[in-house]
Amino acid sequence: MTAPFDLTDDTVVVVIGTGAGGGVVANELAQKGISVVALEAGGRYTPDDFVNDEWESFGQLAWLDKRTTSGDWRVAKDFSGLPAWIVKAVGGTTTHWAGASLRFQEHEFKARTTYGNVPGANLIDWPVDLAEMAPWYEKAETKLGVTRTGNRPALPGNNNFKVFEAGAKKLGYKEVHTGNMAINSQDYDDRTSCQQTGFCFQGCKWGAKWSTAYTDIPRGEATGNLEVRERAHVVKIEHDGDGRATGVVYMDKDGNQKTQKARIVCVAGNSIESPRLLLLSASEKFPNGLANSSGQVGRNYMRHMTGSVYGVFDKPVKMWRGTTMAGIVQDEARHDPSRGFVGGYELETLALGLPFMAAFLNPGAWGREFATALDGYENMAGLWIVGEDMPQETNRITLNTAALDQYGNPVPNVHFTDHPNDVAMRTHAYKQGMAIYEALGATRVFPTPPYPSTHNLGTNRMSEDPREGVCDKWGQTHDVANLFISDGSQFTTGASENPTLTIVALAIRQADHIASEIAKGTI
Amino acid sequence: MTRPIEEAGNTTGSRAGLTRRELLSRSMAVGAVFVVGTGFIASSTAAWAMEVTALKPETMATLVQMARDIYPHDRIADEFYAIAVKGYDNAEMAEMVEAGIAALNAAAKGKGHASYLESGWERDRVDILRGMEESAFFQTVRGGLVTGLYNQKAVWPLFGYEGESHSQGGYIARGFDDISWI
Repeated sequence: MTAPFDLTDDTVVVVIGTGAGGGVVANELAQKGISVVALEAGGRYTPDDFVNDEWESFGQLAWLDKRTTSGDWRVAKDFSGLPAWIVKAVGGTTTHWAGASLRFQEHEFKARTTYGNVPGANLIDWPVDLAEMAPWYEKAETKLGVTRTGNRPALPGNNNFKVFEAGAKKLGYKEVHTGNMAINSQDYDDRTSCQQTGFCFQGCKWGAKWSTAYTDIPRGEATGNLEVRERAHVVKIEHDGDGRATGVVYMDKDGNQKTQKARIVCVAGNSIESPRLLLLSASEKFPNGLANSSGQVGRNYMRHMTGSVYGVFDKPVKMWRGTTMAGIVQDEARHDPSRGFVGGYELETLALGLPFMAAFLNPGAWGREFATALDGYENMAGLWIVGEDMPQETNRITLNTAALDQYGNPVPNVHFTDHPNDVAMRTHAYKQGMAIYEALGATRVFPTPPYPSTHNLGTNRMSEDPREGVCDKWGQTHDVANLFISDGSQFTTGASENPTLTIVALAIRQADHIASEIAKGTI
Repeated sequence: MTRPIEEAGNTTGSRAGLTRRELLSRSMAVGAVFVVGTGFIASSTAAWAMEVTALKPETMATLVQMARDIYPHDRIADEFYAIAVKGYDNAEMAEMVEAGIAALNAAAKGKGHASYLESGWERDRVDILRGMEESAFFQTVRGGLVTGLYNQKAVWPLFGYEGESHSQGGYIARGFDDISWI
């Protein structure tokens, strides 16, 4: 059934990465009869392979290739080799994600216009708006089976949500619910409903949470138009004298170098690997990296303003039971500069198992203050903060020539320092998060620092003006007509919402655009 | 019967086979952990014993106490701390660990104690550890404990954590929303 394509076949679209961006664009193109070769650096795992064990699963799924870090962020100190907590596997980080599926707000597509000139921030407006995205969001919600949209019922709230909801309502928050989640609340699309198992981050063993690993990828393969090559790590995109992409060089599972010819190349390797690949593809014609005439490749790295709050109560909560992200407060997602910052943030429940709580509650801490916090684990409730962070040119992915990966290529260095707006927003969010639990009688609360980044965004951003960004409103790079950015690295700004739904909506829209351009004979 | 600790997480079997009486007759108490003269350390209750081959038994006993002082959980027995640091008892690590523990004891002497183990209060030992917390030895031991201690499935129930749930059908019918005090 699966189509094998020849390495010399230059009619195929090559998609690099199989997560929310690459997996969707590959399937959508295959459904339209277009031949696609998807190259995935990681291996293939089915829900049966996933493990309900945090460290074991981390070893199975996490992207652990060598990386370096710099900047003032605490991750650079506590997890210097692990800037991001993302996945190297067929399905990418859709195996790991929590499932929160929120549309951006209208003003978030117009960040520069709405927020004005924020010193130190490299803000521009998106070249698309909510009205243009609305039908694509609807298609994405239907594909993912998002709860509380399209007449799909909400998920039930677990213990962690009940604590969160009660505290939030005591504070007067109104928009409190179990979220718009890509986790089935009833059987949907040949997948079962959520069994409240926990371990959403470790890959859903029921398949109740949407992941390209067991939806878009096998469906694309079933058309006969999609070939997925796993453990195929792309190291370079090649081009001809006219500056058109001609194929990609990759290392196969046995460490052999191969070149796959291509008609079109879609890059979806996440916001660290995607710009790295463009930089690694520098040539005489493109000395600063492919599609980098703007100098913006790798810049404006965003990771969302994040943090967590955990609260300990005098009675058990057992927060690990049930969906990991089980509910949301949206009241603070508005833009209201009277709070002392631009943009907004969401509060979403989160639970970690004991092993990860020990690693992430306060990295590096020890002694009785830390140990007694963990003694309260059973009585703990938790939430995660996700807010809009400011794009800054100096927060960026660069090639670190002093450190080489397993193929002898420079590793990516991830440099990040909070913008003052990020700090002000986090301070506000910690205060509100702690107040939620204190309103319900928490005996102790913990403002917990950001984890290694899962929302990596912005390093090949969309812009109307080719001098301000890497790609246009379709993800098509300004410099190379048959090269597309298909992942979250095309985000112009981060907004306050979890990014996956927008990545998927953009990917469906991009596939539609590519198909119509192919039909017109323009690329 | 005393259970031997051989590998992390494996405390079953009875190879050591010491009775409490035998243990007491062959050991000297150092803190809560006994150093047994024949290359063992053991709990004062003789519930478990661990053979020590590359390290001096006194060094391992000190390391167990250091582990507890770094992450002190009063409801967790020494056995779990011993399992967490058992991996340091090998030829490659021995030199680093002996030097680290020697430095720890030197710091204790500098503060007027006979040794780290013989400084009676946790607060005294924590003061000693604070003085060396930037050292590679301390950071290695602390970092190793994050997984060595908290990723032992046997300690999870002591924190109330239930571990995997898929094989039991998740919590959909087992109390995912059973909180009663809201």
